[in-house]
Amino acid sequence: MECKDSLELLPAHVDRELGLPEAMEIERHLQTCPRCQAEYAEQLALRAAIRRDVTYFNVPSHLASRIQAALPSPPLRASLFAKHIWNRSDMGAALVSIIAVAWSVSLYLALPSADDRFADEVISSHVRSLLTSHGVDVASSDRHAVKPWFNGKLDFSPPVYDLTTEGFSLVGGRLDYLDHRPVAALVYRHRQHIIDLFVAPVTGDRKNVPPRSLSRQGYHIIHWAHGGMTFWAVSDVEPAQLGKFREMLLVYLNGG
Amino acid sequence: MHSHTLIKMTEQTKNQRFKEMVLPHLNAAYNLARWLTRNDQDAEDVTQEATLRAFKFFDSFRGEQGRAWLLGIVRNTCYTKFQKNRGQELNTPFDDESHSLESQNPDMPHGNPESILSRHEDFKQLNGALERLPVEFREAVVLKDLEDLSYKEIADVTAVPLGTVMSRLARGRKLLRVYLAPMKQRDGDGM
Repeated sequence: MECKDSLELLPAHVDRELGLPEAMEIERHLQTCPRCQAEYAEQLALRAAIRRDVTYFNVPSHLASRIQAALPSPPLRASLFAKHIWNRSDMGAALVSIIAVAWSVSLYLALPSADDRFADEVISSHVRSLLTSHGVDVASSDRHAVKPWFNGKLDFSPPVYDLTTEGFSLVGGRLDYLDHRPVAALVYRHRQHIIDLFVAPVTGDRKNVPPRSLSRQGYHIIHWAHGGMTFWAVSDVEPAQLGKFREMLLVYLNGG
Repeated sequence: MHSHTLIKMTEQTKNQRFKEMVLPHLNAAYNLARWLTRNDQDAEDVTQEATLRAFKFFDSFRGEQGRAWLLGIVRNTCYTKFQKNRGQELNTPFDDESHSLESQNPDMPHGNPESILSRHEDFKQLNGALERLPVEFREAVVLKDLEDLSYKEIADVTAVPLGTVMSRLARGRKLLRVYLAPMKQRDGDGM
């Protein structure tokens, strides 16, 4: 590869958008060309600086409320039920609406009811921590500071890993209370988004449970059990990112 | 009677689906609008208008990434609003002190006062440089580096071919380095 081609492809290489053959070719060229290598380093540094230092403007809360309020609001489910069930001449319509409600609910809720209730608690806890700035009791990106903090506060020791190099920085941890028991909540940051990871020992027989996903109120949850611990990750990041977070974590949990 | 109920239910499902698929991306929508318009009030207007338009056209949403879909509408709303009414305002040279980012409250890192100060300088320099970029380059950089969209998604959002996305990003970043170069020399340390 010539410098001219290399310089043209470098931005896409920085963004990890090149196909494998091109990426390998450019890497080979970089090994032998100090000039292109310096240019590559500059571009990487700029990219890192933008991601670190450019302001990300979050929507002002008054605007978010205004937009929510401006959306046409449908009749409440409860009132639909009440109206149709008490009006016996309208039972056919009531049946249609019950079926439709059941159908629309089933679209979003794929988990059984115990998990379902737990999911509500997980989201509430996540939202509460975001709203009240009580995000962490122990703020540290050092897992050797976060893990011991839980000693004596829980009757188990949660696995704690920093995934900064994978794009998920450990921010800290806090004690939380879910399903009538204290649990560890580990807080991660992915770009502008906060991910809460709730960890507790498995209560039933199944030490390993495959991942299940759920989306509600704009939040996404992924739930699984691994090695006798049950995990609930919740965030407003895209479900795919949450899946990636789980995969990265599994690498560490498996001792990678 | 039945059809009436069904219409209600469809509306309800639509509303619910919209809340789940689109509203989580209000931050992204506002961030893009804010970087395109470069001021709070216009960004608020554009975000609100775009979200309501998105709701209106939600039937045309085919379940692709909600974020990219909404960002495309935000961008179109922005361009329609400004290029129709106020010419090239999105592209005017940007040096108005009243637009300063000082009033914003970026997420300050922990650390001693000195490092906070220097980080603050970084915020100002990079923010200022990004604001000066021509709008086509600015939106490409924001979509790539702040929203982490893929080239393909950026091509969809901005309605240009993939090659154009690549060249806009490359040229935009090159310009950013030109803008930052004098400051970098003065500081004597890397970015």
